[in-house]
Amino acid sequence: MALSFHSQVVEPWGRTPRLPHQVARPLHRDQLPGLIGEAAGGGGLLAAGLHRSYGDSGLNPDGLMISMRGVDRFIAFDPASGVLRAEAGVSLDEILRMATPHGWFLPTTPGTRFVTLGGAIANDVHGKNHHRAGSFGRHVRRIGLLRSDAGALELSPQERPELFHATLGGLGLTGLIAWAEIALAPIPSTFVDEETVPFANLAEYFLLSAESDPRFEHVSSWIDCTASGTALGRGVMYRANWSAAGGLAPHAPRQKLQVPITAPPGLMNKLSLRAFNAAYGGMQRMRRGTARKHYGGAFYPLDAIGGWNRFYGPAGFYQHQFMAPLAAQKDAMTEALRTLVAAGQGSFLAVLKSLGPLRSGGLVSFEGPGASLALDFPNRGEATLKLLERLDSIVVAAGGKIYPAKDGRMSAATFRAGYPRWRELEALRDPLFSSRFWRRVTHDQ
Amino acid sequence: MTNNAWRGRGVLILGAASAIAEAVARELASQGAQLVLVARDGPRLEAIAADLRVRGSPNVAVRALDLVEAEPTDELLQSLADQIGGFDTALIAHGLLGDQTRAEQDAAHAAALIDVNFTSAGLWALALARRLERTDGRNGVVAAIGSVAGDRGRSSNFVYGAAKAGLAVLMQGLAHRSALHGGPKAVVFKLGFVDTPMTADLPKGGPLWATPGAVAKVIVKGLNGRSAIVYGPWFWRYVMLIIRLLPQPVIARIDI
Repeated sequence: MALSFHSQVVEPWGRTPRLPHQVARPLHRDQLPGLIGEAAGGGGLLAAGLHRSYGDSGLNPDGLMISMRGVDRFIAFDPASGVLRAEAGVSLDEILRMATPHGWFLPTTPGTRFVTLGGAIANDVHGKNHHRAGSFGRHVRRIGLLRSDAGALELSPQERPELFHATLGGLGLTGLIAWAEIALAPIPSTFVDEETVPFANLAEYFLLSAESDPRFEHVSSWIDCTASGTALGRGVMYRANWSAAGGLAPHAPRQKLQVPITAPPGLMNKLSLRAFNAAYGGMQRMRRGTARKHYGGAFYPLDAIGGWNRFYGPAGFYQHQFMAPLAAQKDAMTEALRTLVAAGQGSFLAVLKSLGPLRSGGLVSFEGPGASLALDFPNRGEATLKLLERLDSIVVAAGGKIYPAKDGRMSAATFRAGYPRWRELEALRDPLFSSRFWRRVTHDQ
Repeated sequence: MTNNAWRGRGVLILGAASAIAEAVARELASQGAQLVLVARDGPRLEAIAADLRVRGSPNVAVRALDLVEAEPTDELLQSLADQIGGFDTALIAHGLLGDQTRAEQDAAHAAALIDVNFTSAGLWALALARRLERTDGRNGVVAAIGSVAGDRGRSSNFVYGAAKAGLAVLMQGLAHRSALHGGPKAVVFKLGFVDTPMTADLPKGGPLWATPGAVAKVIVKGLNGRSAIVYGPWFWRYVMLIIRLLPQPVIARIDI
């Protein structure tokens, strides 16, 4: 095996599957062309960041992996315009700590700060402000891409626009993202004024959502998956705008808690799920109203607990995040929640939000317009997979799609139904680059 | 959280392209320090410097130089100081881990380990101490990166360890001399296992391994502290105490 690559077991955020890889850990951009050269002739190559993809889109067990985490330098930042250029291994956490005191924030952010810039682009991530800002890819201005067949390329909406757009949400398959330039968004403070609004069922949610999206930049809702009948889809909406006051302090540098060991199997059982949902819902209802919150707590509540994925026990867990287009969203969400109730396998974290009409131009981007529901399930083997497949069929029937960054098991047919432009990405893929996910969903059965 | 503890101060870092030195530079930059970085690879230094400017350093200068070849003359130190308008703190971070088995067979490799880790680092330390005594008196700081490998000669890395042991004694001696006669504070950081490219061939993981970022915090704190010998992370002081106290017949049975 190539000299710079060392054996290492890589586990995705869902902790299943855990597979051996050959991983290189460069620290400098000038090392990257040599590593691509070393990898040529091997079983394919994939870049990795902070391993926050839940399934196998960040795995390449039969080939090589370049961990980009050490290639993490800022290249340039203009505090006047908010334009930032940085190497791909920089984390969103580091960008925020650097930029917020200057009055700039990420244009959109996923629910964790612990992803790299390269990973955010490769998965075209989104946040609670999708209805306003669209996905991350919309704010990318330039990309430095290294290809095994064409060397170093600079991509932008004007230069090689096809390859530029294919790289947004391109799952790291169009080549190695070495650096990128993004436009940050101005903020008046690092605090948000957040309103907490309970709703009694799904019908109320959709009314509340239609009313909230035009008035609030950040909107997302937690759903109580144990509720059924007329209470099906009850939950709590959080809607927020940046606060004019509060100052520009960044988030605290350290995680407050760390999950030191993997929880015993079955900790997340039906009983604890019911208790968790009741307690969470009750707590939020009592705190109904408006509160000024720092972005650290408002956007990244789970980042306060390091390694929370270990709560799900040694078998790991699956996340199922799907979107249903506008016309079908009400029926699809109702049917999905009914399916969960009937199966008696609720989800600990069910997050419902709307996706707006703005598009990045990515070929297999997870985008709207419509509604998105994210569900976590402890891995109980066959029973869990069966339930997920029932959800898949609801998604396909609704003309929706499943988020590749969260997936480790959808069928090729389900993927192709959701992302009909996948063949265009396959055509622009760097021939050296591949992933377990991509082989799985593009292999013809 | 950002603070300005180092604003207005200048720091010279030798071997600045190493993972540990860069982590120290980031910590110092985010606290407002001005930096002059020295290493062989000019383009890498430029990339590191650009990053440190974004992270908050008001002034970063670089100098591409082979520290083992270059003689640490007063003129060279003055020209480095002139690049950022002076420094009161210097960190000697250039080093070579090498390969123990090869060092036992190949005299040139053994010589390189001793030249880089002891002779070069030690001569830079002496020259910097002379300069800092003149420019900053007792307010200057000269620091060097040592290793726990220098605390007891062991089969796995005793050539490297011997050179680092020599450097540690030299730094300790400088600290003693300064205490008696005035002069810069001297400190050696005895680091344990750090996850860097230098240790890429060692099996990793487990509680003894630290990240460059974690040891950088120890180093930056130690630059302003009182101890002449700082272990990084702290628990190595006790691990090495036990290893030093192991009787010869016992350690003879352990392959470490």
